[in-house]
Amino acid sequence: MFKTPEGKEIFVLDGHTHFWDGSPENQANIHGKQFIDCFYAYHTNLSPSEELWEKSKFEKYSEDDVYRDLFVDGPDDMAIIQSTYLNDFYKKGFSSIERSSSMAARHPERFIVNGSFDPRDGEKALEYIHYMKETFDIKGVKMYTAEWNGDSKGWALNDPAAYKCFELCEKLGIKNVHVHKGPTITPLSMDAFDVRDVDYAATDFQNLNWIIEHCGLPRLDEFCWIATQETNVYGGLAVALPFIHSRPRYFGEIMAELLFWLGEDKLLFGSDYAIWTPKWLVEKFWDYQIPEDIAQERGVQLTDEIKEKILGLNAARLYDIDVNKKKVELAGSPVQIAAE
Amino acid sequence: MLVSTLKTELELDVWDCLEAVTDPELDEPITDMGFVETVEVSDARTVRVEFRLPTYWCSPNFAFLMAFGIRKEITSLPWVKEMTVQLNDHCFGDEVNEGVNSGRNYHDIFAQYCKGERLDDVVAKFMSKAFDKRQEVVLLGLQALGHRAEDIVSMPLAALQRIEFTGEEELRQTPRYLDLLLSQGLAVNPDDLAFPTWDGQPIHAAALTKHLTHLRSTRINMEFNGAMCRGLAKTRYKEVEIGPEGPTLVDFIAGRVPPRDGANPGR
Repeated sequence: MFKTPEGKEIFVLDGHTHFWDGSPENQANIHGKQFIDCFYAYHTNLSPSEELWEKSKFEKYSEDDVYRDLFVDGPDDMAIIQSTYLNDFYKKGFSSIERSSSMAARHPERFIVNGSFDPRDGEKALEYIHYMKETFDIKGVKMYTAEWNGDSKGWALNDPAAYKCFELCEKLGIKNVHVHKGPTITPLSMDAFDVRDVDYAATDFQNLNWIIEHCGLPRLDEFCWIATQETNVYGGLAVALPFIHSRPRYFGEIMAELLFWLGEDKLLFGSDYAIWTPKWLVEKFWDYQIPEDIAQERGVQLTDEIKEKILGLNAARLYDIDVNKKKVELAGSPVQIAAE
Repeated sequence: MLVSTLKTELELDVWDCLEAVTDPELDEPITDMGFVETVEVSDARTVRVEFRLPTYWCSPNFAFLMAFGIRKEITSLPWVKEMTVQLNDHCFGDEVNEGVNSGRNYHDIFAQYCKGERLDDVVAKFMSKAFDKRQEVVLLGLQALGHRAEDIVSMPLAALQRIEFTGEEELRQTPRYLDLLLSQGLAVNPDDLAFPTWDGQPIHAAALTKHLTHLRSTRINMEFNGAMCRGLAKTRYKEVEIGPEGPTLVDFIAGRVPPRDGANPGR
């Protein structure tokens, strides 16, 4: 719960978080080391200095860390934990649904754990979707189109194999598809951040919600264009948000574009924990105003009402969470520091 | 042994010519971005260039393009007889280094790794973004000098070449914009329009504001990359130490270069 200076309580649903193990023990090879090193560089590059973590903690943090950083010190009411396997790089997966679900089981009222699959696995991917639905009753998945898999250096949402998987997701009621379109791993044979495949998939699967993490940055223009054509395309603010600290004016330009093209109902807050922690992000976001000249040009501004939608109400709608009921439920199990 | 003054001179020669190599995604010279790490001339004929990108995962296709760009520029120096390009500490480093130093052309090597695909579309797309970014600077510069929309959209190439800008960005980008106009055949003769779109269409005065909005959105994207890349390049080899004053970032290796034998274990 975030409390505004006026005392208003704002429901915060953190749309993009992880519970990963990037420690040397879990690294399968140099790629595993370089992957977590790259995340760490994002962390050190864009965090305020007082929020910096030591490398060993960043590589592998505890269940207690998650709870404290998100809900005790942090303002989150709920968090969506995304799964990312990177099986070529990590022995037990980078952040597996099993490990995340076991962590989340301590506070099930606060977590939504999403699955993940790789359509290039063919039949196995379909079986895996069934397994995740039956075992964990997932409501959403996270897709990593740039992931390498054997000889393949990336895939597209509109590949025929992917369509088979999305058909199954639709049938099973797994309706939220988070798609990583942003930095880090990149495919070889194409523009790494190409977002055009979103257009096809969103048109062909109208009953699924397509949440494009990192807003397709650095292909924001193309993403905005696609998102305005499709009613079921959303933008996740992870990675864009930390610019609020390092380059606030530039953050204003990004927000102005997103509000102008997508509108206030289509944007989702995400801290990208543990790359960044939600406390400072939410505090700075609540204090933030788009610089007047940029706001005027696009005719948009981040009002309190819009911020409240972005911080939680929009994601709650996608995940069928009744915010008022949830508030009551959470009031009944207030955050507490686990005995450490 | 090469006389050290000559060696220094030739190395500066190489640095100068590396300015012509850009990161295709950012449209910034790789020298400005701090990607070039080592330039070494030996025997007044042999050059070795090492470069490093902000992350291990930076797009391999662009890494290829930059490596080949380096090769092309350096070998155009008349005194260069042999050269080696090395990309350090990158997920596709071995393939890039093997490819760029093999003497084969870019497309053959790239096709080998991507089932015959070509990268032409991606290259063209990024050139168009570079064009937009450069054009925006020149257009905003002209507006700042008081030129009206009608004058700008009808301005011939020769007139633009006569404009004397004073702003730093305009001074930097105008020649680069003119280079692209010429190399792409978008404006060649003195009376050709100085401000066509990338598709070679004229801009109507009434549509100039809208056109500038489009250019701005291109710039917002490229700025994201630029800011990210500069920041990541700066922190790539740093770690946090928590002292009595709170956390601080420190280099965990001398300079920016990791120990050579630790750079590629397990490959």
